[in-house]
Amino acid sequence: MKGKSSKAAAVGSAAAQLTRAQKLELYYWMRMTRTLEERLVALYRQTKVVGGLFRSLGQEADAVGACYALERRDIMSPLIRNMGAMLVKGATPVEILKQYMAKGDSPTRGRELNIHFGDTERGFIGQISPLGDMVPVMAGVTMTFKMRGQDRVGLVFVGDGATSTGAFHEGINFAAVQKLPLVVVVENNGYAYSTPTHKQTAAAQFVDKAIGYGVYGEQADGNDVLAVYDVTKRAVDRARAGGGVSLIELMTYRRKGHAEHDSQSYVPEGEIERWAAENDPFDRCAAMLRDREGVSPDEIAAIDARVHQEIDAATDIAEASPPPEALDALIGVYGEPAAEKPLWFREGGAALTEHERAQGWGTYDTGHV
Amino acid sequence: MAEITYLEAIREALFEEMARDENVFMLGEDIGAFGGAFKVTEGLLAKYGEARVIDSPISEIAIVGAAAGAGHMGMRPVVEMQFIDFLANAYDMLTNYVATARYRAFLPCPMVVRGPSGGYVRGGPFHSQNPEAGFIHTPGLKVVYPATAEDAKGLMKAAIRDDDCVLFFEHKYLYRRIKGVMPAGDHVVPIGKARTARGGEDLSIITYAATVHKAVEAAEQLQREDGLSVEVIDLRTLAPLDDQAIFDTVKKTNRVLIVHEDTRTGGIAGEITARINESCFAYLDAPVLRVTAHDIPLPYAPPLEDFVLPQVPDIVLAARRLAAW
Ligand SMILES: Cc1ncc(C[n+]2csc(CCOP(=O)(O)OP(=O)(O)O)c2C)c(N)n1
Repeated sequence: MKGKSSKAAAVGSAAAQLTRAQKLELYYWMRMTRTLEERLVALYRQTKVVGGLFRSLGQEADAVGACYALERRDIMSPLIRNMGAMLVKGATPVEILKQYMAKGDSPTRGRELNIHFGDTERGFIGQISPLGDMVPVMAGVTMTFKMRGQDRVGLVFVGDGATSTGAFHEGINFAAVQKLPLVVVVENNGYAYSTPTHKQTAAAQFVDKAIGYGVYGEQADGNDVLAVYDVTKRAVDRARAGGGVSLIELMTYRRKGHAEHDSQSYVPEGEIERWAAENDPFDRCAAMLRDREGVSPDEIAAIDARVHQEIDAATDIAEASPPPEALDALIGVYGEPAAEKPLWFREGGAALTEHERAQGWGTYDTGHV
Repeated sequence: MAEITYLEAIREALFEEMARDENVFMLGEDIGAFGGAFKVTEGLLAKYGEARVIDSPISEIAIVGAAAGAGHMGMRPVVEMQFIDFLANAYDMLTNYVATARYRAFLPCPMVVRGPSGGYVRGGPFHSQNPEAGFIHTPGLKVVYPATAEDAKGLMKAAIRDDDCVLFFEHKYLYRRIKGVMPAGDHVVPIGKARTARGGEDLSIITYAATVHKAVEAAEQLQREDGLSVEVIDLRTLAPLDDQAIFDTVKKTNRVLIVHEDTRTGGIAGEITARINESCFAYLDAPVLRVTAHDIPLPYAPPLEDFVLPQVPDIVLAARRLAAW
């Protein structure tokens, strides 16, 4: 219902239309997310990851399930726990590994960190660190869809913490007023760094904010991949049909620290263990497949093995890939001029002429939007 | 007296000022039980309680604006940006509201906005910035950026006692790498006074923050390899600038190199050069030179970051050119 938080409204109808193969695909993406992050942890411990490492352990269902509700032509903007959504949108393990290892042929050529990258053709725009900024940006993306009469929808993820920013407020309000085809997913994982949600908002639940913005609001169990898909699909369909903005709150739990270095000293004892034992999205997905779709342990094992193989192969490629060359730093600050000159004390002018790159190298080509 | 780190020195100042003045309080993201992303505020909650060590939502505009309001009412807020890069989120509040409050409305903003700044840490474009130039350009804000543990403590105490808004940049590369022995007693370093980090006769390097240490390293190499006596001036405060210290070193060595980690165009080196031209051009034996970061958003990969930021060999090369002019 518009302007009202609700859990009712035909729950399960969209998910009921998913085929067995599609449900197995959801499992595959969740497995890929978890296993790829585990691989990244191993690489981090070997100091091959440059900078911090961010996990989505226990939140794989919300990223994967929500993004699965989009079509290829739609555009999604993730946050730091949404690697799974990027995978669904076509980001590859090789790209993600290269990003984390700051390789010269990573999607951002070593300029940006971790999963901060995008590809408008595959339909995802990379986040920046300042939280909430992607909400207004996605308002602009979906405004363009509307202006051009395109049958396309946008979806933007924010964390519970990011809802406290000015950018979030201005962005969702603007999108609501313009009735843009935008789905705003608030991933409530209990914490923003060390800050529990009750210090983030005095609202009883984030979905209540939908009322104030005059948008549709729904809340769902973020650890049930089918429930996530269902609620998001409904919002996406509504947006596509001209119904405007939806705010969806997905209830989940951040089982790892803010980043790999965080000891989680602020988490009450036993909380993490309880979520792991009783409410793991992955276990729940596997149980759903077994109980409702008759998926055999062999079938699951085959998917797991395939994921491992793919990640092994991707790791080999990423590790073999070279770091960027220093002079690459000079390319692409502007479209024109295409490269900056090194400062005089680098005596690098000569090196630069030898360092020419193909036209458009390192410049984002938006020609195919 | 035991040595403490640059980070511990800042924390010590916060503890002492909270004890000295009950109007001093802390506000920021994750600063309470967690002690902040870098643990600068660790222990303050336990000692001073939730009323004076306040965890905020992720709302930089509210943090800075609330500090201004509390400042009007006689409080002395010290607020943390989890990374100084997020000063940008509060830019309107700082430049339009805070910076003008005293002048246009006779409302003081005795507040400190502090946070981890600077690069050389593989932090990428949003966890490495040196955005001081934009704020130096805003009349009404003071800007300090210490290079040593002693100054970090003494300037923090001065900043908290100052009746205007002080932006306090803490270089995260120095947090745990630099140590010092704190002078006994109430150690306050005045805002607006530069420091001679190393005395010299042949040429001067004017700099601040992390590049002070790079300049000193370069100066030692130049002494060893070229027999050059290089003076290093640590500005400590960027707004207001210590003109006297700048002019004194120009008159002493007649050759000046300005080094900063901030990008080049619109960086403070240009301003210092202009002031030298205006006030002591006749004392110069060579043009004022600059070693700065390239005008490029700071990239993440080590070879790229190392290229963009100024390094010791750059300073050595520039100093040699200056000496040979
Ligand atoms: C504007 C802004 N302020 C502060 C930060 C520092 N910061 C990075 S992540 C984070 C917590 C984010 O919490 P939330 O939005 O709930 O997402 P989660 O990490 O829980 O997925 C903070 C405070 C930031 N990135 N941007």
